[in-house]
Amino acid sequence: MSQLLESFLGACPGAVSQGILWGIMALGVAVTYRILDYADLTVDSSLCTGAAVNAVLLLAGVHPIAALAAATVVGMAAGLLTGLLHTQLGIPAILSGILSQLALYSINMRILGRSNLPLLKVETLLTLRSPATAIIVGGIFALAMVAFLTWFFTTERGYAIRATGSNGGMARAQGINTASTTVLALMISNGLVGLAGGLLSQYQGYADVNMGRGAIVIGLASVILGEAIPFLRSRFSLRLIASVVGGVIYYLVITLVLQAGLDTNDLKLFSAAVVALALGIPNLRQKAAAKRLAKSALRVGQDGQRKETV
Amino acid sequence: MLKIKGLKKTFYPGTVHEKKAIKGVELTFADGDFVTVIGGNGAGKSTVLNLIAGVFPADCGSIELDGVELTTMPEYRRASMLGRVFQDPMRGTAADMTIEENLALACRRGKHRGLRRGVTRAERQLFMERLAALDLGLEDRLTTKVGLLSGGQRQALTLLMATMQRPHLLLLDEHTAALDPRTAERVLALSRQIVEEEGLTAMMVTHNMRDAIATGNRLIMMHEGRVVLDISGEEKKRLTVEGLLARFARVSGETFDDDKALLA
Repeated sequence: MSQLLESFLGACPGAVSQGILWGIMALGVAVTYRILDYADLTVDSSLCTGAAVNAVLLLAGVHPIAALAAATVVGMAAGLLTGLLHTQLGIPAILSGILSQLALYSINMRILGRSNLPLLKVETLLTLRSPATAIIVGGIFALAMVAFLTWFFTTERGYAIRATGSNGGMARAQGINTASTTVLALMISNGLVGLAGGLLSQYQGYADVNMGRGAIVIGLASVILGEAIPFLRSRFSLRLIASVVGGVIYYLVITLVLQAGLDTNDLKLFSAAVVALALGIPNLRQKAAAKRLAKSALRVGQDGQRKETV
Repeated sequence: MLKIKGLKKTFYPGTVHEKKAIKGVELTFADGDFVTVIGGNGAGKSTVLNLIAGVFPADCGSIELDGVELTTMPEYRRASMLGRVFQDPMRGTAADMTIEENLALACRRGKHRGLRRGVTRAERQLFMERLAALDLGLEDRLTTKVGLLSGGQRQALTLLMATMQRPHLLLLDEHTAALDPRTAERVLALSRQIVEEEGLTAMMVTHNMRDAIATGNRLIMMHEGRVVLDISGEEKKRLTVEGLLARFARVSGETFDDDKALLA
């Protein structure tokens, strides 16, 4: 037990730094899933697109910050593709994401040239060999993105996106072009995901064509875990920070279960189960409440006058 | 001025569900007209309203408002000229946004939405004044999520949003039908007051014959996708529910087939 604790504590800095980087990705998921009300699966590939572009540029001698900017831009382009498929071709939201995800796999392979591209002998902003630096650099990027989103969603344009997600019909009745707000929100979201991909590849020291697989689930898990934190709910900016913190919690849990002996190959099953539970709990609670209500109605019926129960 | 010419709309054309909803409507509203539209189930009242709003496109005909051709304009662009209140109180507001955010969205109807603040301090002051005039106690709740309001409060707020930017035409689509009788009365009174004070041109679709008779300066009755009665001025003032039913029977050769309207 103490051995487990010791090795867990040893792995903590790594888990926190990785959690923050995935937390930036979770910010992107929060924009689509929570604000736009759009389950966007593009992220599974746009994360890798960001990583791939970042890696190729670093190897070509480009400055790490410029490489990250490029990763953000290609992420936005991925979001644009999904947005156009959905709003211009009328393809359902989920399917638009799946189509771009699939298309991007080929594009990612083209960019990388092979399935795994190591970043040997290049300067990066952060690396897993120095978790403390990674936490600081990742934290700065995460806070900057939280600040950007907090500002953006209080602008007129930001309001228009929120209205689109809350009630599209109302948004159109108020003169909002919901097609363009949807595309813009998808671009912002995938821009964040591309940035996270770039940061992750610098951190890991490679870009891999499979690195985004299941990213949507990790993003959702982070958002949902973040929402469970009681004192990070009162303000919009705090709710965004909660998504990043949710990413950290997620990676701490993953580290713990891995150290406790979970097979790495079972990790995706574990993540999917966690997210399914988290998404399902509100529903299960509602059903349980309805059952209790029916029971209490039955009791009242037996005590006093007869009453109909459902 | 609203000019509708030769308007037609068929839903699901060429299928077994084909429904000729609007079979040629000609209408002209003068500035300041407050027109109530009544008709039985499936008469096409809401369809005409939705065609004006651009929720779906017309098959043929034209819709022109104050010299602007609306017929092929997308819904969000027409919105700059139109104020709309829906039957379902949930539809007119964004539940996840606050009262002030909803009002601010309405203030920018038809304007470019850029990177300026979504709601300004001066606007908050204006919102408080306008909300206080509703007398629903909403003026102290600017930062309350609209989802927490009652149906009547949401409908009153939607009405305010629809008229915040003076609309060329106010479209009220059975906007009191989903409310309890007292609240419905209140929202209707509020609608009359706003239309009158601002001198708006308005169109109100309703199921309630008494409301249709008591409201506005002109009453239109629709039947099977056509306008069958158009009554205004002194003639409308003298109108009774019985009289209206009798006239309906004469022009359509049928009795009025709407339980809700008869009971009202």
